[in-house]
Amino acid sequence: MIPEISLQPSVGVRRRMLVERVIKGVLAAMAGVTVVTSVLIVVALVRPAISFFGDVNFLEFIGGVDWKPLFKPPHFGVWSIFVGSLWVGSIALVVAIPLGLGAAFFLSEYASPRVRSIVKPVLEVLAGIPTVVFGFFALNFVNPNLVAKLWPVGDVGTYSVLAAGLVTGIMILPTVASLAEDAMASVPDALRQGAYALGSNRREVSTSVVFPAALSGIVAAVVLAASRAIGETTIALLAAGSKAQLSGNPGEEGQTMAGFIGFAGIGDQATGSTGYQSIFAVGALLFVVTMLLNIASIRVVRRFREVYE
Amino acid sequence: METQDLEQNSTEQETKISDNVVLTATDLAVFYGDFRAVRDVNLEIRRGEITAFIGPSGCGKSTVLRCFNRMNDLIAGARVEGSVKYHGIDLYGDQADAGEVRRRIGMVFQRPNPFPKSIYDNVAYGPRVNGVRKKSELDAIVEKSLVGAALWDEVKDRLDASAMGISGGQQQRLCIARSIAIEPEILLMDEPCSALDPIATARIEDLMQEIKQQYTIVIVTHNMQQAGRVSDSTGFFTTEVNSESDRRTGVLVEFNSTQKIFSRPDDSRTEAYITGRFG
Repeated sequence: MIPEISLQPSVGVRRRMLVERVIKGVLAAMAGVTVVTSVLIVVALVRPAISFFGDVNFLEFIGGVDWKPLFKPPHFGVWSIFVGSLWVGSIALVVAIPLGLGAAFFLSEYASPRVRSIVKPVLEVLAGIPTVVFGFFALNFVNPNLVAKLWPVGDVGTYSVLAAGLVTGIMILPTVASLAEDAMASVPDALRQGAYALGSNRREVSTSVVFPAALSGIVAAVVLAASRAIGETTIALLAAGSKAQLSGNPGEEGQTMAGFIGFAGIGDQATGSTGYQSIFAVGALLFVVTMLLNIASIRVVRRFREVYE
Repeated sequence: METQDLEQNSTEQETKISDNVVLTATDLAVFYGDFRAVRDVNLEIRRGEITAFIGPSGCGKSTVLRCFNRMNDLIAGARVEGSVKYHGIDLYGDQADAGEVRRRIGMVFQRPNPFPKSIYDNVAYGPRVNGVRKKSELDAIVEKSLVGAALWDEVKDRLDASAMGISGGQQQRLCIARSIAIEPEILLMDEPCSALDPIATARIEDLMQEIKQQYTIVIVTHNMQQAGRVSDSTGFFTTEVNSESDRRTGVLVEFNSTQKIFSRPDDSRTEAYITGRFG
């Protein structure tokens, strides 16, 4: 007699399947919260921005250089604070990209495991320093002691875009170094060995094998750092000043988009006023800039990266 | 009279053999930290031959191979005692630069490790590192090396395609092409077929026969049949357990012509391994 076979789940299995289903639901809900939050932020940003453009001509906003949204009569030429953000962002990247990539190459390819095990955590701690500390460092040390003394063009006052940019660069440096190092360290050792076996030295292995293979991670690190630099508020607010002006001299004071949001956000703008809505318009612009940066980086990576898996 | 002749003959033969020696290991031992991975290796690698290293895993055969082009330098804590001489020059002496050593003594690894670049750039990598810049010169080297590695016909129409897109066996032949592009004198192969299927393996073995006159080959294999098929000389390694620390150290048991190793080896341990009684 053949014993009866059942492929029906037993009671225990059935209970486990139920638990599994509950866990899946909870995790999906958590993932959903992140997505929904992001969408809601965009909506909250866009709605006041749209009503802002009901009052202000878009072309005046995008093309004008006079930014006095809280004055009477107001002027809404965002160009001057847009350029302020570009200054701070590019100065920061000029500081952070070479230093950060240099540090990453050192840690990943040159340093002994012992040195690496000490320096890497220190770097990651640096990434956790509150930005307000950097802001005061820029205002009270870098601007008076370095920028004011060394910058050759014009007179440097209490505030300067340059000081804010330099210190923002220091702030994002650990991000660039740490993430780029992660990308380089994850390049398979077999590739390095192959290159060494062809007689390459460390520099050649780093530049011609590790760097191209790690490129997508490195670009991601730089883009993340750039987004943080452009969006950095506290340092710009404290050290760059609050006078929106279009200037080709970073030794002068200036306002950035994020700096303006921080500045106007703590002011007493009447909710619904055009001045209040201008905060959201600038926020939306900042959002668009960051998004474009991300899209551009994805293209760069697609074009140049070397896929090793 | 006859005895004298014989003696003379054997002396002649000896000089002839030593003329052909390209690598000599003398009392070679390798340490990882304070762990001695392999000891007392004495052998000679002869030009134009394929030399195989066989033995159970952990016996130090790959470790010894990696001494021959100083790849052990890249492992923190690795240390070499004794000497390895390349045409009489100590590979670990003050006169020897690791990069220069590796240009003359190339290596093919266990798993194919092409760079994530185009097929062309993989082969051109070594020549470029060594200063070849002219496109026409590189083109010629790339073609010659790919032909040499029996890969040209399969990839000549897609030299710009990524090396990651070809099969494992093709990748391994590409790695061979990459190595011979800088015309090393010796090619070290560390279990080059262990990640390949039998057909790809057969192609690599045929290729080794074709290129051995030009490139002296030392191959590590855990496949006895492969050693028997392809090699002229064979070194058999095994492990000895240290009774105090219970750690295993590799030793070279026997180094002889492959024919002798597989028919009437000098050492009973070799015979036990060959006949499948252990390992």
